[in-house]
Amino acid sequence: MTGSGTGVLLLGVRHHGPGSARAVRAALDAARPKVVLIEGPPEADPLIPLAADQGMRPPVALLAHAVDEPGRSAFWPMAEFSPEWIALRWALDQGVPARFIDLPAAHALAWKEETDDGDGETAPSGPDVRIDPLAVLADTAGYDDAERWWEDVVEHRGPGDEDAFAPFVVVEEAMTALRDAYGGGGHRRDLVREAHMRLRIRDARREVGDDAVAVVCGAWHVPALRRTATVAADRALLKGLPKARTDVTWVPWTYRRLAREGGYGAGVDSPGWYGHLFASPDRPVERWLTKVAGLLRAEDRPVSSAHVIEAVRLAETLAALRGRPVPGLTETTDAVRAVMCDGSDVPLDLVRDRLVVGDTLGQVPPTAPAVPLQRDLDRSQRRLRLRPEAQRREVELDLRGETDAERSKLLHRLRLLGVDWGLPRTSRGSTGTFRETWRLRWEPELAVRVAEAGVWGTTVLAAATAKAEADAAAAGTLAEVTALAEQCLRAGLPDALPTVMRCLSHRAALDTDVGRLAQALPALVRALRYGDVRGTDTRALAEVAVGLARRVFVGLPPACAALDTDAADEMRRHIDAVHGAMGLLADSADSADSADRSDSAERAGGDLRVSWYGVLRVVSSRDRVPGVIRGRAVRLLLDAGELGQDEAARLMGPALSPGTPPGDAAAWIEGFVGGGGGGMLLVHDERLLALVDGWLTGVSAEAFTDVLPLLRRTFGAYEPGVRRTLGELVRRGPGQRAGAGPGGPGLPGFAPDLDEERAGAVVPVVRLLLGRTGHEEESRLTGVGT
Amino acid sequence: MTVSGQTTAVPTPAAHAGEQAGQAWAAPVAEQTAQVLRPHAEDAFADELAALAAQDDRPRPPRWKLSPWAVATYLLGGTLPDGTVITPKYVGPRRIVEVAVTTLATDRALLLLGVPGTAKTWVSEHLAAAVSGDSTLLVQGTAGTPEEAIRYGWNYARLLAHGPSRDALVPSPVMRAMAEGATARIEELTRIPADVQDTLITILSEKTLPIPELGQEVQAVRGFNVIATANDRDRGVNDLSSALRRRFNTVVLPLPESVEAEVDIVSRRVEQIGRSLDLPPVPDGVDEIRRVVTVFRELRDGITADGRTRVKSPSGTLSTAEAISVVTNGLALAAHFGDGVLRPGDVAGGILGAVVRDPAADRVVWQEYLEAVVRERDGWTDFYRACREVTAA
Repeated sequence: MTGSGTGVLLLGVRHHGPGSARAVRAALDAARPKVVLIEGPPEADPLIPLAADQGMRPPVALLAHAVDEPGRSAFWPMAEFSPEWIALRWALDQGVPARFIDLPAAHALAWKEETDDGDGETAPSGPDVRIDPLAVLADTAGYDDAERWWEDVVEHRGPGDEDAFAPFVVVEEAMTALRDAYGGGGHRRDLVREAHMRLRIRDARREVGDDAVAVVCGAWHVPALRRTATVAADRALLKGLPKARTDVTWVPWTYRRLAREGGYGAGVDSPGWYGHLFASPDRPVERWLTKVAGLLRAEDRPVSSAHVIEAVRLAETLAALRGRPVPGLTETTDAVRAVMCDGSDVPLDLVRDRLVVGDTLGQVPPTAPAVPLQRDLDRSQRRLRLRPEAQRREVELDLRGETDAERSKLLHRLRLLGVDWGLPRTSRGSTGTFRETWRLRWEPELAVRVAEAGVWGTTVLAAATAKAEADAAAAGTLAEVTALAEQCLRAGLPDALPTVMRCLSHRAALDTDVGRLAQALPALVRALRYGDVRGTDTRALAEVAVGLARRVFVGLPPACAALDTDAADEMRRHIDAVHGAMGLLADSADSADSADRSDSAERAGGDLRVSWYGVLRVVSSRDRVPGVIRGRAVRLLLDAGELGQDEAARLMGPALSPGTPPGDAAAWIEGFVGGGGGGMLLVHDERLLALVDGWLTGVSAEAFTDVLPLLRRTFGAYEPGVRRTLGELVRRGPGQRAGAGPGGPGLPGFAPDLDEERAGAVVPVVRLLLGRTGHEEESRLTGVGT
Repeated sequence: MTVSGQTTAVPTPAAHAGEQAGQAWAAPVAEQTAQVLRPHAEDAFADELAALAAQDDRPRPPRWKLSPWAVATYLLGGTLPDGTVITPKYVGPRRIVEVAVTTLATDRALLLLGVPGTAKTWVSEHLAAAVSGDSTLLVQGTAGTPEEAIRYGWNYARLLAHGPSRDALVPSPVMRAMAEGATARIEELTRIPADVQDTLITILSEKTLPIPELGQEVQAVRGFNVIATANDRDRGVNDLSSALRRRFNTVVLPLPESVEAEVDIVSRRVEQIGRSLDLPPVPDGVDEIRRVVTVFRELRDGITADGRTRVKSPSGTLSTAEAISVVTNGLALAAHFGDGVLRPGDVAGGILGAVVRDPAADRVVWQEYLEAVVRERDGWTDFYRACREVTAA
């Protein structure tokens, strides 16, 4: 049979439009239908009564997900100003049955998978794929912005307008004209959905009669639902659709995720503003500006009632100038900027974030079915044989094993989501990076946390990724983001890394404290290595690390000047850390290069090293830099083979000459020979030792007591053997030094000069041992003996 | 009306530069054949104003020559129903002009803020010309602007001869605007000492100007309003008191929105200056201009054009006006000392000078930018080298 459909009340709306919502309520009140049909997944019909529950507070969303694969899901968000929500509540309040009539989610989800895998069709993600019907209409009406047009025509209509049905008639006419011109908009799925809706409408009509059916659906669908089509044709369209086992539940939602920026295709720009429009009984602009004034006052901006008055006047005149019926968000925002914010966009961003978008969080009664995240967690727990127990226990994970590695990832992810089921403990005994110790304890409130975390996604992986990205954007300090990057690697969240990295590089760019940058670098390089070991793609990470290194290079020399002792010590530690990190970073840049394009990669790693040595050179020769840092820089250069011993001695000379204050000279010595290997250096290079010795004997008696603690700290750290050898050398030193040539005086049992012939005899064997050939090596080897 | 011009002080060089850049910004003024070097806006565009007035059937606020809608059209340009083309005076966001015009219509005072070279003066002049048909009621704010420039002064010869009377009083442009219901303009408001600034409070809130010497007052006629401009990089010099600030609606004039727009402004203006300085023509400097503009924009915005890398912003303004002077300088270098082609080396020095205002902090900012951004960029190797050369020195 065919239906002319004259009697059915078709209410075409824009999802999440306060004006639409208001109009729907008025139309329902006027028509009093016996059944209300709503665009939404029919599987959710049993969940409709929950909408009237005390514990239910919008924004909420209907969430459908495939049972075996919680990651595959679809959302139908509803705010208190969504027409669908209004229709639902109206039906519940009036005791009228409400039904969802869209294509079952079972088909939609299965279909999504199919088209994703398939070739021809593009991913059916949202309305943006097809032509934008509103844009066409707005354009026809001479508006450059579709949202604004719709707002002027529909959303900003005050309550209590003449005919409750008039707006829908107008919208339907416009849409019919559009559909006549554009047909289905090139979207096959729409046709199928509309066929399904038509069938369900037909059922309802047969049940309660033509005049008692009201349908709330997207305005775009109205002409298609009105259209005459045979049951057979509709059935044919629906035949053979793929199907997936599906579960539906209510989940809490937020305004922020309702906003288009959140990636929700049918979202709106300003949920907070819409919420306000819907909630305010009258004078929405005045109320809104008062709200804004309240927010700005709370942030310590002087905003008086006079400001509000002027802002209202400006907004209204502006609307008149622009030919709009009432001030919209654009006008009020312009007024707030000009009157309350001194023309600045900075406080305005706050208004946008807190009020225009808003951070309202919805709530769902505990009786709602479990969220898919919980299911996904259950499945993971079963798969990894990690049972949630209330009793506390410790587990030790060996990350080399696959199961243990997975367990570790799961626990790290849960921690990111605020579900502290496991707490990491410092491993006993072994300090290796492949071992982790966790203390596990499942407490009942963790289930609540899981439910809350359901906002972030339907699987633990997806939720943790989304959470990490949000955290990165909200992080306050550089160190937080760096820590987050490390966490992402541990939790195995490669998809979150690019965002985290972007935040990291932004923060690094704006951080002016070289110390903090230098602190962040080692952690980052560690993360890089860690990622390498795990086989994650760390190119983005490497890029950021190199960028960070470059910033440290530029900022380090000025930052080293004019420091007091403590700050200098700290800076020396930073330099050590950066130096260590630089080795790793240059290595991994090299290896990445050789894997990729050998020439450019080689250059990146080598380039970094060269720049770093350049920085150290600058630091080592600047007078205003504290001795301990200069000494350290010389030492690092010497160790790296960048500085010959001659040069080191040349730099050491002025630092230890009588013109230098003894305290500074002692600090230089600490920087230079402090730490590992410093003693051996003095043992083997008598010239350096002679310089230290000469300086020490030249220190005046009163100055000596001052520098003694420093020297003791430096030399006391040496191993006993080294100390003794040094002592012996010094005891014999002064006498021999006068006569000693550049070759040095030599140890007991050694000739003053090298016996080239005898030394040369070992060279072939040594070369064999090292597996090296060639002249260059030879000369280097003999050089060691000197 | 004849204007004595006693308070139309000679513009300071800074204001003048801003004004010039402002012109570059807006559409080119039709070549004037009149004797004056620079005709007032209401004279230069008399035809357009007349055409607008003739066709304007919307309600006008008291003593406005045009309706707010027509004023906005005058500034933004458009085509009238009879086919008259109104040239755009201000090229920029429509919103700015609409808010400015609306502010004047709600008889709130308007404060135009912006870095030098964002066409503040230009916009204020044209607003006054369109609203009141008179852009000459102008007070130029300087560090030495006295209270008389805003209130009134005395003709001392008359004062001594005839005693205090209205005849002996020399009204300020503001006072005349109040009496006539016209728009007064105050340039560089934040350059004016704070105590003189506060003279405006009574005028703006009570809309009256008392003359205690005569026991009289001048009450503002409807239609009176004030447009002030201020340089927001001068913030803190003579900051507006909050009492005064509250009387103004503030509109910030932004820097050009896109690279293209800015390159366009710079090259057009550079060409004009080059001609007036009789520099030999230098071919094909567009690439270098684009580079200068890109560098300025990136440092100003604190983020690279592709939005991928953040950079620190130096303390300098880096306005379009400065970019113009860097390029002009480079052109002079190229013409007189180089091979006649604008090369990276010719602009590198100028850029360095514009960016590094504070030798310690800005130098680090600049070096970071060089290393993190310029170094990596394709085709920028020469520029990088040139910058390294001048920076190291």
